[in-house]
Amino acid sequence: MAYTAEKPTRAESSEQLRARIPGWGVDLDPKDRPSVPRERFDPTLTGAHWDFPERQPETWPRERSIEHAFLTPVFGTSCPPKGLSGVMRRYSYRRFSEGRAAHWLILMAADRVDSIESHLRSFATSRPDNPIAQTGVRSELTYHGASSRFGKNRVDLVHQPLDAVIVAGPWVAAGAAAYAAGKRLRALGARRAS
Amino acid sequence: MKAMVYRGPYKIRVEEKDVPPIEHPNDAIVRVTLAAICGSDLHLYHGMIPDTRVGMTFGHEFIGVVEQVGPSVQNLKPGDRVMVPFNVFCGSCYFCARGLYSNCHNVNPNATAVGGIYGYSHTCGGYDGGQSEFVRVPFADVGPTIIPEWMTDEDAVMLTDACPTGYFGAQLGDIVEGDTVVVLGAGPVGLFAAKSAWLMGAGRVIVIDHLEYRLEKARTFAHAETYNFAEYDDIVVHMKKITDHLGADVAIDAVGAEADGNLLQHVTGAKLKLQGGSPVALNWAIDSVRKGGTVSVVGAYGPMFSAVKFGDAVNKGLTLRMNQCPVKRQWPRLFEHIRNGYLKPSDIVTHRIPLDDIAEGYYMFSAKLDGCIKPLVVPNAA
Repeated sequence: MAYTAEKPTRAESSEQLRARIPGWGVDLDPKDRPSVPRERFDPTLTGAHWDFPERQPETWPRERSIEHAFLTPVFGTSCPPKGLSGVMRRYSYRRFSEGRAAHWLILMAADRVDSIESHLRSFATSRPDNPIAQTGVRSELTYHGASSRFGKNRVDLVHQPLDAVIVAGPWVAAGAAAYAAGKRLRALGARRAS
Repeated sequence: MKAMVYRGPYKIRVEEKDVPPIEHPNDAIVRVTLAAICGSDLHLYHGMIPDTRVGMTFGHEFIGVVEQVGPSVQNLKPGDRVMVPFNVFCGSCYFCARGLYSNCHNVNPNATAVGGIYGYSHTCGGYDGGQSEFVRVPFADVGPTIIPEWMTDEDAVMLTDACPTGYFGAQLGDIVEGDTVVVLGAGPVGLFAAKSAWLMGAGRVIVIDHLEYRLEKARTFAHAETYNFAEYDDIVVHMKKITDHLGADVAIDAVGAEADGNLLQHVTGAKLKLQGGSPVALNWAIDSVRKGGTVSVVGAYGPMFSAVKFGDAVNKGLTLRMNQCPVKRQWPRLFEHIRNGYLKPSDIVTHRIPLDDIAEGYYMFSAKLDGCIKPLVVPNAA
């Protein structure tokens, strides 16, 4: 007990646990644990046959953290920055280090702007965004939405409705704005006609 | 090729994309035969990780067959069946040379605080992931390994992140014989952490969650003692009561950024994105462990600040240990454990989803429907 010197008695001895649980104690010796010690210097282990890797060609001005001395020799090339979100991302990388909240907050804001820009851009393609299909909400029917949730004492039921607000909210707001704008235009047109 | 594509928070679809080209002499192009959705993919899916761009393909857990290799690749050839760790790493930087593959400094221009991860936002390097038919694998001589003939595809794909991360989490706890270990979270990583704690000689393993079906799995798969925090007014008090008011010797946070249990933390972290994540599990770990104990963190958090009870950690003299798992370092020992029958990673797989239906798969996993613990993704070209 915490209030006296002795360690609490164990419910099961090591022998009992070894008999009950397959593999109990096989890694008891820290020497058998692959990440002990944390750092083990051996550059020959990795398969690398270079001191410093060859450089991957930079096909556009690749954004990078200002905490780096230079562009890393290898990098991902998914989704180059574009549009307003791209301007925001480049500014965030150029201006703020990873230690500054502004860096991350601008990137998060750029993510939201990117979503809006991409949704709008999709309407000019043969495959516009379809929020019903893309959310996978059909799973409510195919994967037992109701019986998976109710009567299970799940604490996440309290906030799950917020997910619907996050997903549908911008669409509802955009629809309402479009409706209001249309109504205003019609009113303006009617006034001119009279 | 077909690939999963992010379209904004909570929205994904399958699109036709170009097969990725070789961009560096040590690249390989891998035809994906099996992938998985990770609990941490849900942080991306929910729009929580900064610089997650529309158009990105997620997926850092995958295996496949080598389709093409760059001119400097020596260890792989087309046709090899390979497993690929979730870490992109060079094998030669300061950190890789010391075994810290998850902290590689040569693969992520976007951030110095994190290494490279497939399909995990530009904050982790801007690499497309493996929830697709083909994927670019940089440093083919360093990361991937040929899958042993005796190993099943499902065991192999579970070894690319979830299983080694849980095993690594138990190692971070510095468990000694007879220790009481509490694991927060009964998802895939928590289940593997609990199972691994026994391998390291724990005397008692306790798993906490609020999803009863996952706690059932913790009892059967990981032989753990379980408690549903939804049934207690204050789970920390309960933890103290069941450990003679001492607290556990080791606590492992296997939940990360979307932890439940405190509505304010969850909403500000996971919904409003005002924190790097909801640190409920981490705070419970700090509060549940005994003074002088160790907290191991393998749950994923975003790079922003979170409301962590750091004062308690200081005042209790805790050791806090954490990292992304250097996966390849774990493989030789985990291969032995699988061969010896101590671990069967695929035992926790609950769903196998065609790539075409991946939007439904994400929704189901995110909403925790249908008893989902671990969904796999089967690409069409597999």
